[in-house]
Amino acid sequence: MSDATKQPKDPQRHSTYLPAEKKSTKAFHATPMLDQLESGPWPSFVTGLKRLAHENNMMVDLLGQLEHSYKTRLGYWKGGTVSVFGYGGGIIPRFSEVASLFPESKEFHTLRVQPPAGNHYTTKMLRQLSDSWNKWGSGLIAFHGQTGNIMFIGSTSENTQHFFDEINAYGFDLGGAGPCVRTAMSCVGAARCEQSCANEHRIHRTLVNNFIDDMHRPALPYKFKFKVSGCPNDCMNSIQRADFAVIGTWRDDMQVDQKEVKKYVAGHGRKYTIDNVIARCPTRALSLNDDDTLEVDNKSCVRCMHCINVMTKALKPGKDRGITLLIGGKRTLKIGDTMGTVIVPFMKMDTDEDYEKLRQLAATVIDFWAENGLEHERCGEMIERIGLANFLEGIGVEVDPNMITHPRTSSYVRLDDWDQEAQKWIDRKKPAAVQA
Amino acid sequence: MAQAQAVEKKQMRTPIESGCPDGMQYMHPLMIKNFGNWKYHDRPRPGVLHHVAYSGDEIWTVRVGTQRQLGPYEINLLCDIVDKYGEGFVRFTIRSNLEVMVSSWDKVGPLIQAFNDAGYPVGGTGNSVTMISHTQGWLHCDIPGTDASGVVKSLMDELYEEFVKEEMPNRVHITTSCCQINCGGQGDIAINVQHTKPPKINHDLVANVCERPSVVARCPVAAIRPAIVNGKPSLEVDEKKCICCGACYPPCPPMQINDPEHSKLAIWVGGKNSNARSKPMFQKLVAAGLPNNPPRWPEVAAVVKKILYTYKKDARDWERVGDWVERIGWPRFFELTGLPFTKFHIDNWRGARNSLNASAHIRF
Repeated sequence: MSDATKQPKDPQRHSTYLPAEKKSTKAFHATPMLDQLESGPWPSFVTGLKRLAHENNMMVDLLGQLEHSYKTRLGYWKGGTVSVFGYGGGIIPRFSEVASLFPESKEFHTLRVQPPAGNHYTTKMLRQLSDSWNKWGSGLIAFHGQTGNIMFIGSTSENTQHFFDEINAYGFDLGGAGPCVRTAMSCVGAARCEQSCANEHRIHRTLVNNFIDDMHRPALPYKFKFKVSGCPNDCMNSIQRADFAVIGTWRDDMQVDQKEVKKYVAGHGRKYTIDNVIARCPTRALSLNDDDTLEVDNKSCVRCMHCINVMTKALKPGKDRGITLLIGGKRTLKIGDTMGTVIVPFMKMDTDEDYEKLRQLAATVIDFWAENGLEHERCGEMIERIGLANFLEGIGVEVDPNMITHPRTSSYVRLDDWDQEAQKWIDRKKPAAVQA
Repeated sequence: MAQAQAVEKKQMRTPIESGCPDGMQYMHPLMIKNFGNWKYHDRPRPGVLHHVAYSGDEIWTVRVGTQRQLGPYEINLLCDIVDKYGEGFVRFTIRSNLEVMVSSWDKVGPLIQAFNDAGYPVGGTGNSVTMISHTQGWLHCDIPGTDASGVVKSLMDELYEEFVKEEMPNRVHITTSCCQINCGGQGDIAINVQHTKPPKINHDLVANVCERPSVVARCPVAAIRPAIVNGKPSLEVDEKKCICCGACYPPCPPMQINDPEHSKLAIWVGGKNSNARSKPMFQKLVAAGLPNNPPRWPEVAAVVKKILYTYKKDARDWERVGDWVERIGWPRFFELTGLPFTKFHIDNWRGARNSLNASAHIRF
């Protein structure tokens, strides 16, 4: 199939390597089903687990229990209550229901640890984290879980504290588990991406590190997630997966390098450019001029990013950059899926005051939801229940037509205060008109 | 006693609530130097990104597929390669790919060779099938209907060539989830457990294990009510109303929803998180009733590959799976993939009318 299936050059330094010497004292369980996942070109997690089982008895029995799950097609872990001193969450406790068969892995807890913003590591730090975990846990680490944590998988109740003490001393802290503010995520962003419209890392850390108490001591209605993407490509999946999504954007004209546009058209052809750039614009804001330069109707552009993704040298976000905030994204449970909806169409993120404004807004949202959300009700579900207008009033944000796809279509509504509400809009618009 | 407690407390270390660490301290020096000042990027070959800064600096990123669950052997093996052929700086993508940054194109070839020699694929960029987003499954979850790592390993074995090449119309994000909570997230193709039978209740345990009012409140269709069974307080399920979603199982483990036979796998398509072209889209159900068949789930792989290669053949450049289906329409999707269309594809949840075709727009 490919090079990966050929005999490795150096079998000692290959993903298929198994040590000759077995240091664990417990005999291996037969794992005929898992063994079938050792072949094939993709690196095998089973071979990885077996390497660990050569080192420690916990992983010998873990492999036994996993094989048991493969045979019976059922899971055998139950939750419980485990945390470290001073915290109420951050650990996913796992106790085996089949501990009589696999006693060495009867406790197999996961510590959720917050990665550095942007998931950057030096090899030195990766090795250090691995060494610490090898000392106090199973040695198995997932980079990263779906919430964004480093998942240190497989520890006894006692060793969770020792491990935490060790890594906490060199700068790592637990993430969220349970009804609390969860570990946040941010894209690589400004560190390595020309499409970045904000300092994702600073926004990420400003938000989550300000609610660290709400993370470590779960007392909210349910989980609350922050995710930060530097542009509308939303590599952090924030609109769908975050209660509080921050998306970098711009409000002036997109930057166009017409020389590069011409080069692109010359290289790819007019037809390709029209089919893949011009015709794919969702608001028909693009037009290819007869001289192969690009005309952009910036007032109609919705900042979808498509043309910028295609013509990476010719097109760029504008220079007047900031963020859009969307609130209330989540998956199915309980009312069905909700995407986050626009709450703030645009805000600048240049000064310390801007960051403070963002932090305060997040605090207001969390406070309002903590006060009004039902048990196990995500922020988006609460908004669905009470209506967006009531939510906006609760957090002190004015209505804006950017928040909707279209105005209401149903006439079943009371409009008693229409004139006052219309006046609010007129008053809000006045200063802008005067300035203009 | 009080004294003993005091001693105990003194020995406990107070946590430093440092929160999310600053990424800058682990970042490649060129990334720090050019932070916020990048000009453009291109992809010189699959698995490699090339970014150019306004300063003229250039950085190359090699993207490596891993098994996500890493032990000390793998971590040290990968780090040894990065230290020898790279510059000691890495990061992880949201889909568990390892990215290695270097300051020179000359370093890219030897770095790729070293990863390949160690059995690690380089790819996952641009219009490839990148790493499948991953949950925990039987390895660690308390409510899993299936495994995660095993499903991902068996699928990535099948899709290996699509990871190391860039031959898809646009990027393909596949996700897997071991229950209907769908921790794997939205995907161009999503493989999710779908239960087909109501929970089996162990009435002897409910009163002691479950907070019954919370369990009643958790049900999306109000099918659970308190009841006395065999003289004990318990819960009962109106099985005609029950949608077998499994929402009651996490707060009440005696309500076992997982079943080796009746917990099936379903395939969803067209999920998209990006705003590019169309607004973000939810994935839609296309196939269900697939057996939960470890260790390699061949029936699931067959349907995934059928959809993937139909898309590869029929979609135009830059169309994600969801964009492609919006162009060709659902009748054509079912025709091309050969998947059966059933009454179960028609939504009946809240807002369902929005998904009906209220027009004369029909493709023939």
